[in-house]
Amino acid sequence: MSDQVSLTVNGASISVPSGATVAVAVALAGQPCRTSVTGEPRGPLCGMGICFECRVTINGIPHRRSCQSPCEQGMEVTSET
Amino acid sequence: MPQSFDILVIGGGPAGIAAAIRAAESGANTGIVDDNAALGGQIWRRARTESVAEPAAEWHQRLQTTNVSVLCGTRVFDQPEPGLLLAERHNDILQLAYQKLVLATGARERFLPFPGWTLPNVMGAGGLQAMVKAGLPIRDKRVIVAGTGPLLLAVAAYLRSHGAEIPIICEQASWGKLARFGLTLLADRQKTTQARQLKRDLAGVPFAANAWPVAAHGHTAVQSLTIMRNGRSEEIACDYVASGFHLVPNTELAALLGCQIRGGFVHVDHLQRTSLPNVFCAGEPTSIGGLELSLIEGEIAGLAASDRVPEAQRLVADRKKWARFARRLDRTFSLRNELRGLASPDTIVCRCEDVPHSRLREHGSWRAAKLHTRCGMGPCQGRICGPATEFLFRWSPDSVRPPVFPVRVSSLSAERTGQPEHTKHEEANR
Amino acid sequence: MANATYDVVIVGAGIVGAACANEFARRDMRVAVVDREVVGSGATGAGMGHIVVMDDSEAQFALTRYSQKLWQVLRNELSADVEYDQCGTIWVAADEEEMGEVTRKHDFYGDRGVATEILDAKRLKQSEPNLRDGLQGGLFVPEDAVLYPPCAARFLMHRAEQHGAKVILGASVSTLGQRRVLLSDGLQLTADIIVNAAGAWSAELTPGIDVKKRKGHLVITDRYPGFLRHQLVELGYLKSAHSVATDSVAFNVQPRRTGQILIGSSRQFGAEHKEADQAMIVRMLQRAQEYMPCVGQLSAIRMWTGFRAATPDKLPLIGPWPGDKSVFLATGHEGLGITTSLATARILVDQITGTKPEIPIEPYLPSRASKEHAHV
Ligand SMILES: Cc1cc2nc3c(=O)[nH]c(=O)nc-3n(C[C@H](O)[C@H](O)[C@H](O)COP(=O)(O)OP(=O)(O)OC[C@H]3O[C@@H](n4cnc5c(N)ncnc54)[C@H](O)[C@@H]3O)c2cc1C
Ligand SMILES: Cc1cc2nc3c(=O)[nH]c(=O)nc-3n(C[C@H](O)[C@H](O)[C@H](O)COP(=O)(O)OP(=O)(O)OC[C@H]3O[C@@H](n4cnc5c(N)ncnc54)[C@H](O)[C@@H]3O)c2cc1C
Ligand code: FES
Repeated sequence: MSDQVSLTVNGASISVPSGATVAVAVALAGQPCRTSVTGEPRGPLCGMGICFECRVTINGIPHRRSCQSPCEQGMEVTSET
Repeated sequence: MPQSFDILVIGGGPAGIAAAIRAAESGANTGIVDDNAALGGQIWRRARTESVAEPAAEWHQRLQTTNVSVLCGTRVFDQPEPGLLLAERHNDILQLAYQKLVLATGARERFLPFPGWTLPNVMGAGGLQAMVKAGLPIRDKRVIVAGTGPLLLAVAAYLRSHGAEIPIICEQASWGKLARFGLTLLADRQKTTQARQLKRDLAGVPFAANAWPVAAHGHTAVQSLTIMRNGRSEEIACDYVASGFHLVPNTELAALLGCQIRGGFVHVDHLQRTSLPNVFCAGEPTSIGGLELSLIEGEIAGLAASDRVPEAQRLVADRKKWARFARRLDRTFSLRNELRGLASPDTIVCRCEDVPHSRLREHGSWRAAKLHTRCGMGPCQGRICGPATEFLFRWSPDSVRPPVFPVRVSSLSAERTGQPEHTKHEEANR
Repeated sequence: MANATYDVVIVGAGIVGAACANEFARRDMRVAVVDREVVGSGATGAGMGHIVVMDDSEAQFALTRYSQKLWQVLRNELSADVEYDQCGTIWVAADEEEMGEVTRKHDFYGDRGVATEILDAKRLKQSEPNLRDGLQGGLFVPEDAVLYPPCAARFLMHRAEQHGAKVILGASVSTLGQRRVLLSDGLQLTADIIVNAAGAWSAELTPGIDVKKRKGHLVITDRYPGFLRHQLVELGYLKSAHSVATDSVAFNVQPRRTGQILIGSSRQFGAEHKEADQAMIVRMLQRAQEYMPCVGQLSAIRMWTGFRAATPDKLPLIGPWPGDKSVFLATGHEGLGITTSLATARILVDQITGTKPEIPIEPYLPSRASKEHAHV
């Protein structure tokens, strides 16, 4: 198994160490995870799956908690607005 | 069809692992469920590249010698009837039937709103640590650690060992309180050793008591933090803020089941029995007392659940000692009044629904605020803003309704009519 | 707080009590509203907030339509948190028989000045792409709307307060009648007019009225903007909602302004406990997925229950209670009290002030029930 995984975040390719979570990939891509109800950029807060601030769309499925989702090869991740 | 267990443990942190081991040793058909990808809970959460550290390794090894069924990535969300839990895993829904249940659901950080706390890269202290364990590079990043509780030091030491620069640790407790706490630690060898180690790890890192975060600044991410220190404010540049205000117990599942909650904690007796028959609770939901207390409570619960009461009773004295430590933690890191004034009128308190402080202030209760502002109505179900408003406005929380975590609609509507499917040790045990 | 005298004391700060408080206070009457909890915490906080014109009976149509028009007048004044959204309803027809019902409804509404549009299968699918294939069509009612009931109640109560109404919260009423409202803490309020607007609990305060609790369940999802555009209700709803004897579920989904989807609905008699009933939840959500399979993949955040105040003839009780000259009823709105709250308040105040009501009020008078009893 390769020790890097590549995926896209908002269309841009990025390569992360295998085992990294999607939250890490989004942070490395310099993107917010989501835009809040009033339009603020947001990123992870709790890191443990309870705050839901790290929600992103993964492979078309909305509201996935990126801090709880390991990166997989070829994944398409988009920030939520 | 349900999988059935003699003893089922919810939560795979230290308390849950200890409970499962003790239960399984007695020959009971035991299962342990945790929503993370691997067991370990918060403190034993591990980066892929790290090996298991002591004392986690010892407990993990003990677990491996037992026959405990481990269900990771599995989140319990409802109890449709006594003795049956529903859990969601990937695309499945699991039905878990039990004779006896040990709740070891741990704790989460308490977050307090201050201007700018919603900016990206302002995270929980444990939150940032978890992100780093999940692969976030932190080398040469400036991280201000601010809030209250022993977790701040543990996190600062961890981040520093991974190359972060820590310009300051801000602890809101007073020097007086910290000094009294420090003295009591001297009475215990284990804690003294831990403290010495921390001191070595954090040598040269500025530590301020009587200090707390006042405002985070930045546009798309935090760039600096203003802190209040000895009555004076100063702005410090940073790449991350790691901010948590001690811990709050995860009591939602216990409350859903109907366990009595007292003073915010699950009420248990000396054998970790809750107010419900056959339901035990161990670790942080009963009190915030650190690793040692969680482990002992877990052992007592596991033993008591498998009817080994005399053995459980032998641990009770030890538990008492650590329970005293928990009370000391509570006293030392109780929140100072000034923190109630941190939020400005437009500071967002409920991050899911973006409800600012000014809109909440108009209401007299959590129930009214929820109904009229949607505070706490988002997907975190009030886990973040609930404890914050409890402190800010002295509101008491609502009753808990299923699902205790958001789940797919299809999981809520899955049929629950199957007969229990008997797992491997069934015959051996009866 | 001390004993006090008012012109009107309203018991219940749900949307009906709030609407009545506003109507009375606007006419310079001295008004007090009493509730044991907070504004909008009863059925109002549990309801769906569908502002819908209904055609079960002429009287039901008249009240819902009149009230809907009142909402339309108020619409531009509502605060943003009321989330009024004229999304329209689509009554969904699954088979030929239900398509017949679409035509009947279309004619019924058309004859009474409500524009509707018949959708064939293709148009239905275009309007709501997440519905399953194979449905027959539907009826689009463009004037129907959706709002957020607790904030609507709070808005009306705020207005009442601006006109001088006094809102007494956290105070439980133990008895009412003979110009007196007695609170459980011993305080007494005096008024010529006492309005029982205690919803599903109104029969506890005015024994002898035939109002029963009809329990409902709802589930709300995370935000999925664009997933759903109209309130969708199956036409089987009519058949099942009519059956008073048995518990029933129906496909009934609502797009919230927030992008959340509210999933209903269920009706149960004889269930007094607030806890969600697992079997009803399962049935209700399975029904929703029969019509809209991908609803299953949405993330559900919360579920709750509420109690509708049901009367035998499915019409509310609005007006004087024959048993006591000082007591007026504004209750029994079953599943339509959000819609009909504004008209209820108007009709009640019209009766008391001797104003000619806009619609015939006989079908809603509490005295009809006693007449019925006399016949049996
Ligand atoms: C964010 C955080 C970071 C921490 N970091 C440190 C540290 O670095 N050093 C230190 O000394 N102490 C740390 N602590 C404190 C430490 O966790 C405690 O002292 C103690 O070890 C807790 O053990 P526990 O078994 O009671 O709970 P936890 O370790 O919290 O375990 C509870 C487990 O239950 C799971 N769970 C909860 N509800 C459900 C459910 N419904 N379904 C399935 N699973 C569920 C949780 O995900 C979790 O894995 C931290 C605490 C937190 C909250
Ligand atoms: C699941 C569900 C879905 C619904 N969907 C819709 C819909 O889409 N559209 C629609 O128009 N309607 C809907 N309804 C119906 C609607 O919610 C009700 O008809 C409406 O809220 C009734 O308002 P109310 O003010 O009469 O009653 P409530 O809101 O129940 O108010 C009664 C108040 O009286 C108070 N009270 C009771 N007893 C006492 C006492 N002894 N002392 C002091 N206070 C007391 C209670 O605390 C409560 O606040 C729905 C109802 C349910 C349950
Ligand atoms: S960071 Fe809180 S849920 Fe992911």
